[in-house]
Amino acid sequence: MQILETIVGHYNQWITVFLMVSGLYIVIARGNMVKKLVGLSIFQTSVYLLYLSPGKILGGTAPIIDPNYTVYSNPLPHVLILTAIVVGVGTLALGLALVVRINEEFGTIEEDELFGKDDDI
Amino acid sequence: MMTQLPALQVVIPLLASLFCAFMKRGTVAWALSLVASWAVLVVSILILQQVLESGPISYAMGGWEPPFGIEYYVDKLNAFVLLLVSGVGAIIMPFAKRSVGTEIHSTRQPYFYTMYLLCLCGLLGIAITGDAFNIFVFLEVSSLATYAMVAMGKDKRALLAAFQYLIIGTIGATFYVIGTGLLYTVTGSLNLVDIAGQLDSVNNTRALVTSLAFLTVGISLKLALFPLHVWLPNAYAYAPSFATVFLAATATKVAIYLLIRFFFSVFGAGLVFQSLPVSEILLILSVVAMFGASIVAIFQEDIKRMLAYSSVAQIGYITLGIALANSNGLSGGIVHIFNHAIMKAAFFLALGAVFYRIGSVHIDHLAGIGRRMPITMMGFVIAGMSIVGVPGTVGFISKWYLAAGAFENGQWWLVFAIMISSLLAVIYVGRVVEVAWFRDPSGATLEARDPPPAMLLPILIFCAASIYFGIDTTLTAGIASQAAELLLGGLR
Repeated sequence: MQILETIVGHYNQWITVFLMVSGLYIVIARGNMVKKLVGLSIFQTSVYLLYLSPGKILGGTAPIIDPNYTVYSNPLPHVLILTAIVVGVGTLALGLALVVRINEEFGTIEEDELFGKDDDI
Repeated sequence: MMTQLPALQVVIPLLASLFCAFMKRGTVAWALSLVASWAVLVVSILILQQVLESGPISYAMGGWEPPFGIEYYVDKLNAFVLLLVSGVGAIIMPFAKRSVGTEIHSTRQPYFYTMYLLCLCGLLGIAITGDAFNIFVFLEVSSLATYAMVAMGKDKRALLAAFQYLIIGTIGATFYVIGTGLLYTVTGSLNLVDIAGQLDSVNNTRALVTSLAFLTVGISLKLALFPLHVWLPNAYAYAPSFATVFLAATATKVAIYLLIRFFFSVFGAGLVFQSLPVSEILLILSVVAMFGASIVAIFQEDIKRMLAYSSVAQIGYITLGIALANSNGLSGGIVHIFNHAIMKAAFFLALGAVFYRIGSVHIDHLAGIGRRMPITMMGFVIAGMSIVGVPGTVGFISKWYLAAGAFENGQWWLVFAIMISSLLAVIYVGRVVEVAWFRDPSGATLEARDPPPAMLLPILIFCAASIYFGIDTTLTAGIASQAAELLLGGLR
């Protein structure tokens, strides 16, 4: 029972780890460049959860100072992740732009076909 | 003014990059980048002076006191890295005008300079900031700019190289954020100095070790430690010549600085090297890099790619110095950051000049190039001697310190490994020298001649530096050993 409680009690961590591993798996296992970017985004998103869930304090309220409350949630992770989201969007945009250019130049975005054409890379 | 120096270090290139993006003509953007690069160099020299005279600088960004606000923290180690990055940036700028002018379409040149300045800003930011999350932001600023610069290469395979780098680089950066997040959950702080202070009282060593593992792997991806280096040869080979010079000399060096900072200043050598097998793992990977990458370099046809593999091998020497974790070894590692930067800059500048003249750096096209472009190829040879470690050049100084560090740990076999891997460098440099000087010129090479003075001067400056700092080591090895003492002094 103890073990079961530990597992269920940390359900947020399990979701984080599941997303993390599946994102990374997609990046490695898929040859399609757009799918790779999707995997990369899932991987990055899992990290947002990793930061956000410890920021919530059980029984805590929004972090606005008020004499009626003493326990507040931690706002800092949200601020950090806002920055990380912007970085993630930037990366995804640049990645997709590169995929478009690769499609124009090579006529394909499948890695198998690209490697078949080019042995140098 | 003097108190705002740490902020200026980052703000100048950031603002200049913004203006560059709105320029119509490449020449104007170049002039702006030139001014910004030199201004940044002046700032970093002033910072180094201040640090050497009156100890570490702590600067509260926006007036928010650390550990709550972002702190810029400069000690001897990162003042040295700042000087290196901005120095390389400033010296290579005169080279950029013609090199970028021929390799990049005129409408895109302002954007190229924008990317260059953003990359410079990111690298300086990583080196100067004392906040773990701020490091991530600067890491991504420099990385995104780098991907864009690589993708601007003339060869269409540059796009594939950039995409590959983007995927691997982003995984690396995300690993870094995971590590930082775990550190934050156990200490509740993002300030590196503050984290280091709180780690003594942390009992949850499992989270700490996990965090160390993520940070190490993430940063190692960025610095191209041996099995994680796959992005580097393609990125260096297909990027525009100027971008290759800048990246080879600075980008991986800043990542190495970050690794040193986390190992010694944050986690402490006690945790990293005494209770975990980091030293052994790093030692093995370094030695494999020194041999494996050098051997692969020997068989490359494209000289840029050959030097890229050589970079992987040279990074092996630096991480070897870190793995030795004693005063001489770490000094050797830190001084090799500087020395490798100047010799690789000289190498890639020489190749950039060759590419400017004959439009190729394939070994078959280089026959007799030494007779047609004697000064340029002389620069290549001096850099080559330096990478081999001939006494009187900077390469010798680094290897001397590393060997002394290996002896200090009683690992005499490492001294032989360092010597034998240097001989591999003789082979791959020798191959180019043989083709360039002892064969008759043909084809495009017949018409080639040394490039204009603006391109030649940076090559000569780096060659002169690689001989000067091989003889007078007070600035480089002096600061490096002081920094090493400081890092090891905090042994907990």
